Parts: sequence; C-alpha cells; structure tokens
Amino acid sequence: MAEERDAAPNPRAFWSGTLTFGLVSVPVDLYPAVRSRRTALRMLGPDHQPLVRRFFCSVDLKPLGQDDIVRGYENDDGSFTIVADEELDALAPRKSRDIDLRRFVKRDEIPRQLLERPYVLAPAGESTKAYHLLAETMERSGKAGIATFVMRGKEYLAAIFAERGSLRAVTMRFQSELRTPDDVGLPGVVRAPAERRQEMERALAELTEDELDLKLLDDEYASALLELAEAKRDAGRDVIEIEEAPAEDEQESADVIDIMAVLKERMGGAARRPARAQGARSAEKPAATRAGDDALADMSRKELYERAKKLGLPGRSGMSREALIAALRKAG
Amino acid sequence: MAARAMWKADLSLGEIKVPVKLYAAVEDARIHFRLLHAADHAPVKQQMVDPETEQPVASEELKKAVGVDRGVYVVLTDEEQAALAPKPSRLISVEEVVAASAVDERWFDRPYYLGPDGDDEGYFALAEALKKREAIGIARWVLRNKRYVGALQASGGYLLLDTLRYAQEIVEVTAVKPSANRSPDKREIALAEQLIGALEDRFDANEFRDEYQEQLKTMLAAKAAGKVVRFPKAVKREQPDSLVASLQASLKARRKEASHGRRA
Repeated sequence: MAEERDAAPNPRAFWSGTLTFGLVSVPVDLYPAVRSRRTALRMLGPDHQPLVRRFFCSVDLKPLGQDDIVRGYENDDGSFTIVADEELDALAPRKSRDIDLRRFVKRDEIPRQLLERPYVLAPAGESTKAYHLLAETMERSGKAGIATFVMRGKEYLAAIFAERGSLRAVTMRFQSELRTPDDVGLPGVVRAPAERRQEMERALAELTEDELDLKLLDDEYASALLELAEAKRDAGRDVIEIEEAPAEDEQESADVIDIMAVLKERMGGAARRPARAQGARSAEKPAATRAGDDALADMSRKELYERAKKLGLPGRSGMSREALIAALRKAG
Repeated sequence: MAARAMWKADLSLGEIKVPVKLYAAVEDARIHFRLLHAADHAPVKQQMVDPETEQPVASEELKKAVGVDRGVYVVLTDEEQAALAPKPSRLISVEEVVAASAVDERWFDRPYYLGPDGDDEGYFALAEALKKREAIGIARWVLRNKRYVGALQASGGYLLLDTLRYAQEIVEVTAVKPSANRSPDKREIALAEQLIGALEDRFDANEFRDEYQEQLKTMLAAKAAGKVVRFPKAVKREQPDSLVASLQASLKARRKEASHGRRA
C-alpha cells in the first residue's frame, strides 16, 4: 500500500467502473476499507532528520525519477521483457471497467480462506437510483453477488454485498491460488475415535461465547508503542517536529473520514460538485463543523485532544481535528 | 513435493493441547514485474535519503519515530522497541469459540494450513468437532516477534488458520439512506428481486478463472518471440432508458438463456 499512497496524494477513488446487473448499469467508485495501522512510523537519519524514499539504479547508482523507470518481466535467460501500461490496459478492456454480477450466492457459502481485502463502493455518475435499488434489494435478499474484474493490473474475484444502505466489495483469491491439503503434503483424513471427538467437543463448548469479544482484535503492540511515545512526549524527551507535506496528511485522514463523506454527499443532501472525490472532501469539512451546533465544532485540535485525553479515547494522537470531533461526539 | 512447515506449535484449547505444523495456504503463481532503470534495464533499488543532501542513509543508521500528533514525532530507541516486542512462545491459543457468522468478512487476511504433528487423532477430532458446531475459534499467537490474531476453522476435514486484521484497521461505514426522491419503488424492487433469484446458484470457486493472468502470459510469450497479439475489444452494451425496462429486458434474456439449458 505504501507505493499507492505515494502515487495518490488526493483521496480519489482507488478504482472507478460500473457494476452491471443484467442490463442495469450502476456506476461506482471503489475505496479501500482498510487503513494503515494506527502507528505512523517515520524513518529518521542519525541526526533525527526526516528521510524520504528514493529510487536508484542498482548498477550506475543514479537517482531515478518516475520517468526513468519501466516495468519488466524477467525471462528464463535473465533478460527482461519491458511492458508498458497501455499494453496491460489493453488485455482486458471490458473487465477493467465492469464488475459483472452474473451470479448470486448465499453469503455464508463463500469460503473464508478466499477472502482477501475489503472495499466500499460509492455511487458515481448522474443518477444514484440504480445504486440504491441494488443496495436495497441485495440487503433484503442476504445474497452476495460474485464477479471478476480487473483493477490496477490484476484480476480479482470479488463478492459484492449490501449492508446498511451501501454496497461493499471483498476481493477474493482464485481457487487456483490456494494450495490443496495434498499440495502441502498433509496426511489423509482419518476418523478419530469417539472419545477424542467428544473431548474436543467439550473443549469447544467450554470456550463458546455468544458474541465475539472485540478486545481480541485489539492491536496491543500499536497501543503500547503509542503509549510509550505519548509518555515520552509528555516528558519532553526525544520529541521532534516534522513539517508534513499536506498531501500526505490529507491521505492519512482520507481513509478515515472520506468514505462516509463521499457516500453522504453522493446520496443526496449536498449539491453535486464537478470534481467528485476531491470536491466531496472539501465540501464535507465546513459541513461537518456546522452540522453540530455544540461547542466541539469551535474548539481547536489541541482543546479537542485534551478532552479526548480526559476521556481516555484510544488512538487520539493519530486523529485529525475532524476525527476527534467525531470520536468525542460518539463518546457523548 | 510436500511443502515445508513454516513453524511448529501447540494449538491449545483450555487444558487440551494439539501439536501442529503451520503451512502457507496461498500459492503465489502470478506474474510479477520488476521495476527497471529505462536506460540500462538494471533493477531499481529503493533507499532512504536525506532530502537536504540527497545522501542515502545506511540501514544500521536509521532511527524510527512514532507520530503522536500532527507533525509531532517521538524517537524510539531500538531498546525501547525491543522491550515492547511480544514474548516468543510456541502456543496458538484458542481464546474463544463463536458461530462462523460472528466473524466479519472484512477481517480475513491470509490463510494457513495447520497439519498434525504427532497426534493425528487429536488433530482430526478437533477438525470434526469444529465442523459439527459450525464454529470458528479465535486464536492468538506470537511468531517472529509479531503478535497475531486468527480464525481457526475446519475445511475439508483439515484445520485452517486465517490471520485476521485488527478491528482498528477496518474503516467503519455507518448506515446511509438515499434521499426520498432517489429511493427505488416497489415495482423496481420486485423486478430486481426476481432477477437476483434468476441468477442465484451455489458458490463454486472453480467456476472463475484468472483470465487476465492467462492473457498476460500469452502476451509476454508473444513479445519475447517478437510478435504482437491483439485481444478482442470491449463491446459497448445497449441499455434501455428506464430502470424498469432494463430489469424486464434482463429477466427476459435470463429466462431465454435458462430455457436453452445453458448456465450463464
């Protein structure tokens, strides 16, 4: 993901295309639903100067710009076949634009081991009616649409489903990408004696809970890292200030705030703007501030942060002003 | 040839321990490209550079800082970071067992096989018991200085362990509603439901192929032989004006297809 972030300073769509459902076309923009981990790490030099990542030629050691770099496939004899972006784009023109929903299945039939990465699909284009129709009908049916599509030089199998009014996608691996137990060399399945099976059933029953304890999905290492860093900051030890390029900063919060902003704007309410994703973002900022007539909207980030600290809100250090307002509102 | 185990551990459920080996379940057979210097086709390498001097900094001289605020970072020493690293162990500990539906699709990251390591009966007994309950075990372990959380499930009589993403890594999408004038009407919903019904089938992963990879391989082979390949261009679809008309036409086309005895 790091290279994608460098390449995309604005929170624009990761992929834009069309969901086709029979003869109905639903234009959509796809956004990642996974954000980078909470701990933003920066690489520094020996004198604590912030560093940047650069490309070099491994032979003449010259620094390289984007235009000096090509993509090559290594042949068996060690030579390279150079491939241009246009050549890749020409491979599957239709699939690069369409997610064709030709199959619907029960959600629980999808093998979990195929699941790869979640995305959110936002409506694009003039009319969002077809989007809502698909979202509402799919959510009612409890079914997932299965399709293949090409995104950024790779074909994906994907499950599309609807939840709480919006469409989601989870990309999946192809069956051919998974090894079989045979490939791995696992022994043939044997039936264990009844007493062993009962012993395991009892052990499972004892560990069974009605609901998943979300604490098990906490990133303890990230929390500990942040706690230590915050303690050192409060003690004034090893603190450095880095002027951050606005682009990088935008992207940081983009994946947190913008999906909701984009969805809300496109589903009505705010007036449409020519530049879609970027417009949605700048439009949401004042709206978010105005929306709440409470005191939070007028507070500085520092004041918000102090309040969040008092409440012990997790992850507050990494939050933007907007994210802090949202988190504080949620916390009541 | 059998794959090599990545790790050996004890899978623990309360008092019970089942010795297992861990294997990667994903086989990466995709075409990979390398970034090359256009002038001499030499591979590109990445380095951290001081932007003031444009001088590369050696990896042993790198220091890491953690962001605590917008533009504010705290430098952590190697010792400080090492002190936070989880303690190594050889335990995959099942913390709780929940219904398979309780584990969100968005959390799944990467699958691994667990294989038996000395107690085949215990291993297969556990796989069968998990399947019978239609349950997933939520497990935690530490491997190579990293803490993991995963979902233990039964598949084809074997045990699979999928790594899960942390909850904080998932962007939460709250409920959204269309404005009233954009809400679909009853007739449109009824037609769309019929169309979904007509396209419903069991999930069969073998039905889908990575055609893009196949075309990519063909293209690369042709290029290496000095040939040019052309692939069919996209066909533009015709679309009726109204949603209802589109849905009706789609249903009609689908029924026609079905009556010819062919699955789409």
